[in-house]
Amino acid sequence: MQIARETLLRSYRAMRTIRMFEERLHVEFATGEIPGFVHLYCGEEASAVGVCANLTDNDTIASTHRGHGHCIAKGVEVAGMMAEIYGRSTGVCRGKGGSMHIADLACGMLGANGIVGGGPPLICGAALSHKTLRDGGVAVAFYGDGASNEGTTLESLNLASVWQLPAVFVVEDNGYGEATAASFACAGTQKARAAGFGMPYIECDGSDYFAVHEAAGEAIAHARAGKGPVMLHVHLQRWYGHFEGDAMTYRAPNEVAEAKRDHDCLKLFRERVTQAGLFEDSVLDEVDAAVTDEIEAAVLQAKDAPLPQSADLLADVYVRY
Amino acid sequence: MSKKSFRQAINEALRQEMRRDPTVILMGEDVAGGRGGSAGTQDAWGGVLGVTKGLYEEFGETRVLDTPITEASYIGAAAGAAVTGLRPVAELMFVDFVGCCLDQIMNQAAKFRYMFGGKARTPLVIRAMYGAGFNAAAQHSQALYPLFTHIPGLKVVIPSSPYEAKGLLISAIRDDDPVIFLENKVMYDVEEEVPDEPYAIPFGEANLTREGDDVTIVAFGRMVGMANEAADRLAKKGIGCTVIDPRTTSPLDSETILDCVADTGRLVIVDESSPRCNMATDIAALVAEQAFDSLRAPIRRVVPPHTPVPFATVLETLYLPSVEKIEAAVTATMNHRVTEKV
Repeated sequence: MQIARETLLRSYRAMRTIRMFEERLHVEFATGEIPGFVHLYCGEEASAVGVCANLTDNDTIASTHRGHGHCIAKGVEVAGMMAEIYGRSTGVCRGKGGSMHIADLACGMLGANGIVGGGPPLICGAALSHKTLRDGGVAVAFYGDGASNEGTTLESLNLASVWQLPAVFVVEDNGYGEATAASFACAGTQKARAAGFGMPYIECDGSDYFAVHEAAGEAIAHARAGKGPVMLHVHLQRWYGHFEGDAMTYRAPNEVAEAKRDHDCLKLFRERVTQAGLFEDSVLDEVDAAVTDEIEAAVLQAKDAPLPQSADLLADVYVRY
Repeated sequence: MSKKSFRQAINEALRQEMRRDPTVILMGEDVAGGRGGSAGTQDAWGGVLGVTKGLYEEFGETRVLDTPITEASYIGAAAGAAVTGLRPVAELMFVDFVGCCLDQIMNQAAKFRYMFGGKARTPLVIRAMYGAGFNAAAQHSQALYPLFTHIPGLKVVIPSSPYEAKGLLISAIRDDDPVIFLENKVMYDVEEEVPDEPYAIPFGEANLTREGDDVTIVAFGRMVGMANEAADRLAKKGIGCTVIDPRTTSPLDSETILDCVADTGRLVIVDESSPRCNMATDIAALVAEQAFDSLRAPIRRVVPPHTPVPFATVLETLYLPSVEKIEAAVTATMNHRVTEKV
């Protein structure tokens, strides 16, 4: 499949932004300045970006507690995200959501989610809205291999099939639900689960942006055409722990090093487009430099931004009460 | 204006709001009832107790959606649809089934607005039956409104009559926050005069169904009717009762309760939910904290024992509050004499 040059450049920038956003959080979190928990998406960038490159603002996604990548890929503004993670009033959720609840309904991002398996039912509802309002939209649930075992996910696969919803279920399989391996926790296969609910199944290598883009394109086109839901199984590796501070003693010592060496989606993307003569290295270097500046500015702004006021505690529980 | 049952009043509210606003949709287990069956009758049931009968016929399958028996997915779907442009009314059938989908209500729908910094609206209504008196036993008889009332972000409505049910349900559907609308299953055949045209009863404004000088009775849902009857009997004995129907437990019209207690100095609360951390304890705390000096007798609570709801009629009758138990509580509070401290 031919992908437009500007799409490729936008996707590269999004993947690079996710990478640098997360790498920077890794550093900043260690200083103790960031409250709460963060779950980093490094290593998985091509999944969020390859899928979302096939979506528009009119489409909807739901994410997971590892949500920063999905937010950036769907177009949530980076400075607002950083400020949110720092608990500042300029954050996209005004400092009341934090890392696990970043959402921006205006760009079709229904939220990261602190509850494993929280997203798939919501996506059934978003898909129902798209179908009922006939706006041509598709709804995409990102969820992990851990969440693939949740009853909410399995019920949602059934409901989406029964209602023939324009929904795509993206299993981001990084091999670990928290510290427990998918090989231990997932019975059977994702493929058999999709078949069990009567929906098409596509799988792809999540370190290959082009493979994800193509597979997701097919899945999303199927759903958009009114042919019902699809499961997209993306194989990934995460480079950091379940949360920051996780020493990952459950993983082989060389596992992450090998992933970084052999399955770095940014490195693979660069090799592919430069070898094909699509871009000069210098063009991508310029993107890297611009993203570096953007992340630096986002961190400085976040650290400088005002904290929430005490009145904010009571605001926005209800529209009206 | 004509006589309508509680069931008909709810059906009429749904029908009128669905005609008014094409984004209002219904979903739930057997809300049409009969989809995909062998007889071809696609709306055989119209809800397990017939509350949504005829709506599938009028609005069709895009507006009246039968679901599999999977509460987590469709209550979650209702929440997701509500933040993306629809106004879903999801029927949970028996409120006891909230055990299967509490996450979708408590962690998702209720929290969107706050977690997202005020940028979400979740116009969702969840209808469910509650209450004992139907011999439906422990898993189909609970009055779980305190559970929902406890959760910030939810509004909780408990209509006490057909008139109240229609007006409050119309308000619930037009509301931009998630609303839990609880229907006492024993009341579906209760009838009264209900206007034919749509009307909305605002949340957080209590209704005084009786007025008297001696005792304030606060009662919820089906208990309001019992409290009225007790008040009528007591009036014949010369004891005047004010009966307050708060209509909604969240928001709660605490002002009306405090005003009435200031006038009467005595308070009886009738609540058919389990006695620990229920509305009766909540209101007792409110009054103890804010109207202590008005009280001329201890607050009395007419509540069930701390047990599951039993099956056998004899036990279920013992379990529930009754007109007699309310009368006894009012009489006891009237007989209380303050002992002077030495």
